[in-house]
Amino acid sequence: MSAGAEKIAVTVSEKVVLNDLVTRFQFKRTDGGSFPAFSGGAHTVIEMKDGDMTRLNPYSLMSNPLTPEFYEVSIRRDSEGRGGSMFMHDQVNVGDEMVLSYPVNLFSLDLRARKQLLIAGGIGITPFIAQIKQMSLMSGNFELHYSVRTKSLGSYVDDLTDQHPNNVHIYYDDQDQQIELEHLLSGQPLGTHVYVCGPKGMINWVRSTAESLGWPESSIHFEEFLAPQSGKPFSATLAKSNVTVDVGEHESLLEAIERAGVDAPYLCRGGACGQCETRVIEHDGDIKHHDHWLEDEERACGDKIMPCVSRFEGKTLVLDR
Amino acid sequence: MTIQFNDETFKDDYTFKNSKEALARFPFPFHEDSYMYSVNLEPHVTSRPGSVYEMGFDVDEHYVSEMRDRAEVLAQDPLRSQSLPHMTLAGWDFLELVMENKSKDYPDLFELHKDGNKWRWINKPLGIDDTFTFLDETTLPYGPLEYIGRQTQGDHVLLDQREDNLWADAGIVTTQADWSLDFDIGMNFFQWHAPVPLAAELGVFKRALKFLMNIQLGAPARRLNWTMTVNPLLDTSPENYAEWGIQKTEITPETIGSKQHLRVELQTLWRLPRSNALVFPIRCYLASFEDIATVPKWGRRLHRVVRDIPDELATYKGFIDNKPLMLDFLSKFDDGLPTSDGIWPDIETEPPLQK
Amino acid sequence: MSNFEFPSSIVSRPVYGTFEARPGHSHLFIADAEGAAAILDFAGSNQSVMATSHIIYIPKDCGDKYVKQLEALNASQLYVGPTYPAAMSRINHVLANAHMGIQIYLSGTEGLMSETRTAAMAAGASLDSIQLEHRGSLSRRMQCVHCKGITEDVITDPYVCSHCGLNLFVRDHYSERLGVFQGVRVDAEDHGNVPDAVELYK
Repeated sequence: MSAGAEKIAVTVSEKVVLNDLVTRFQFKRTDGGSFPAFSGGAHTVIEMKDGDMTRLNPYSLMSNPLTPEFYEVSIRRDSEGRGGSMFMHDQVNVGDEMVLSYPVNLFSLDLRARKQLLIAGGIGITPFIAQIKQMSLMSGNFELHYSVRTKSLGSYVDDLTDQHPNNVHIYYDDQDQQIELEHLLSGQPLGTHVYVCGPKGMINWVRSTAESLGWPESSIHFEEFLAPQSGKPFSATLAKSNVTVDVGEHESLLEAIERAGVDAPYLCRGGACGQCETRVIEHDGDIKHHDHWLEDEERACGDKIMPCVSRFEGKTLVLDR
Repeated sequence: MTIQFNDETFKDDYTFKNSKEALARFPFPFHEDSYMYSVNLEPHVTSRPGSVYEMGFDVDEHYVSEMRDRAEVLAQDPLRSQSLPHMTLAGWDFLELVMENKSKDYPDLFELHKDGNKWRWINKPLGIDDTFTFLDETTLPYGPLEYIGRQTQGDHVLLDQREDNLWADAGIVTTQADWSLDFDIGMNFFQWHAPVPLAAELGVFKRALKFLMNIQLGAPARRLNWTMTVNPLLDTSPENYAEWGIQKTEITPETIGSKQHLRVELQTLWRLPRSNALVFPIRCYLASFEDIATVPKWGRRLHRVVRDIPDELATYKGFIDNKPLMLDFLSKFDDGLPTSDGIWPDIETEPPLQK
Repeated sequence: MSNFEFPSSIVSRPVYGTFEARPGHSHLFIADAEGAAAILDFAGSNQSVMATSHIIYIPKDCGDKYVKQLEALNASQLYVGPTYPAAMSRINHVLANAHMGIQIYLSGTEGLMSETRTAAMAAGASLDSIQLEHRGSLSRRMQCVHCKGITEDVITDPYVCSHCGLNLFVRDHYSERLGVFQGVRVDAEDHGNVPDAVELYK
């Protein structure tokens, strides 16, 4: 079962440069139909055909989730990455046809919460934009604390503060403003859930602070998509399919498997959901685990790999695929 | 397609009956000559015209009478329909799913007209023509789950997904195989399956839960489950066990063929878009032993399954006491010939009974 | 029988542990009868927690047995009340004004733990912020599936529903939400044939 077993053919209907780093893309269905509704926090996987390479990258949906007329994502330019964001920024234009997966949500709101406390850093704002739209329509109780580098890099700061002046708090790094996290977390009423999306350091900070203040694990939610990392090229043998695939420097193992025409399951493509877990039949070398799905014992055992983000260095790698 | 709806009852005088056509499309649950638990989930893709797998939400000749039976049960015990406060959005998702599927699959019976959030819903078999505002509870006579649940065959449970588990936090349940929504509401996947023997040891639940949590929008799944019921009684609830339990002891060699029913549940699972919850429709189909035995393959197979089932399962499914009587009846329809794979009747290709 | 280990027959059965210290700016203890001993044991090795603790205790048939020792803990607040219903408005008030980070400790009978857990969850507390430690009576809290009446302090199987009078067997099925096991008519298939009652856990 792959994410987007169901896919949607779309046409790029808007491309808006928000600032030096972030560009927003709007998609409409090529067949003119309406999109499936979704839940705030859901992502879609965008298929990018870049020459003979196909990249599949997940991005949080930020359009109105309850009655969407279009889908929108905001993409931060990552010049260090494997090129997916650069491709979107530099080569995708209004009128281009693309393919999106049906929405999948690995970061949904706990609708039992008395209050939703949202903490965003930088581009981590995008899932919250859809969640805030959802809560505004369902009269949900929320508070957003959004940390950005500078005024000019603060995507959607003006929209958010205009629409929700009493619920939105902005912090500018260049003005040495920082979220007073301990104070913030200590004052929340029983039944509050906290959500954090942003850089890894911020996620760890919020999680560990909340835990040290006695917040129960079930009330702490975080979205940590790992982009697949580039690395040395390697080969892998797919035993069931009886093929060997060469994984390029800027390609993930999962993408190489797909390029060979072998159907492999996935959902998040970010090492979080566990769907692509694959059994390692044999290996002679080091599996470079980059996911946060496998337990430490499982990694030590060396008989499993998450091909969406993890890589290999060594002589032979044989997979049960 | 026009369906002739039966006027029948599922209690007291039990006038329920399957037509020839209904029997031919009965979802016989055994794909081989024996039975054990398994995670027998498969994609719920529409398939096999005329079968119960053809449409997302099957409507058959029992529809109008089943809905009348449900209304009577709810009047007697309103706790059969409950929704914890955070599940209202999932209820709307489910209402939309049913209305869109039924109006597309049965355009002569159901119509949905949308003008933005103003929706008009026409249900011809039940004589309903309502206009309401989508996502506004004040415009419906019941909550969205109960409103559409009163118009949709099968029980419906809404499962909230959180903390790596599924929570049965809402439902409308009047055709259940001996479980209580009022008691089970709020339970997680493992808690509500606690009374099921053997399966936990087999690791069935862990694997099933992992599969269910990954069900995606637009890609529903399904499985068949089954049990035994004496008389075509839809409402075999624990609440009313004191009344129906006694009926199990009133069966005789003369009446077993007509009174003993195989009860099959077509269970489907759908991801709901706005709430990220799942809906779990459990649709009950009943067929008497004597009707089943008119299909040679099913007669042979049912005998073998009942004969070989482990006692724990026969006890859990509540027919251990009647098992000898069942076997006496069913053995007449088993001539020892092999059977074809799969659940379908294969009337054309399977040989008639050789005794 | 202070630390009785219940047979681990089903997944939905509540798991009773031993109180452990967890971080948090406030700590709420609610106990009845022998449940006080769980607080005393915990406080023995976590004295510093007491400065931010609120203890609500209903002695039931323990009378004054533990009251002096509880007073000696110097908790920031201590309340000793005659019955659960009498304590209820105080409990609900504390929960309604609680903040995230509160730790909740419930000890004593199954009935007390069930009722207070339900109250805490209704106030927004999540299950993983609530610890349970069973002490004292092994009696059960049962709900009749037929009439919905809850019978407290059930010690036999089958038992007689205190509301509708039916003879019920104890089904191995537990609702955390209601804090009850399910009771089902034992003679439904053979009216009048009620097996002899046996004591639970003997």
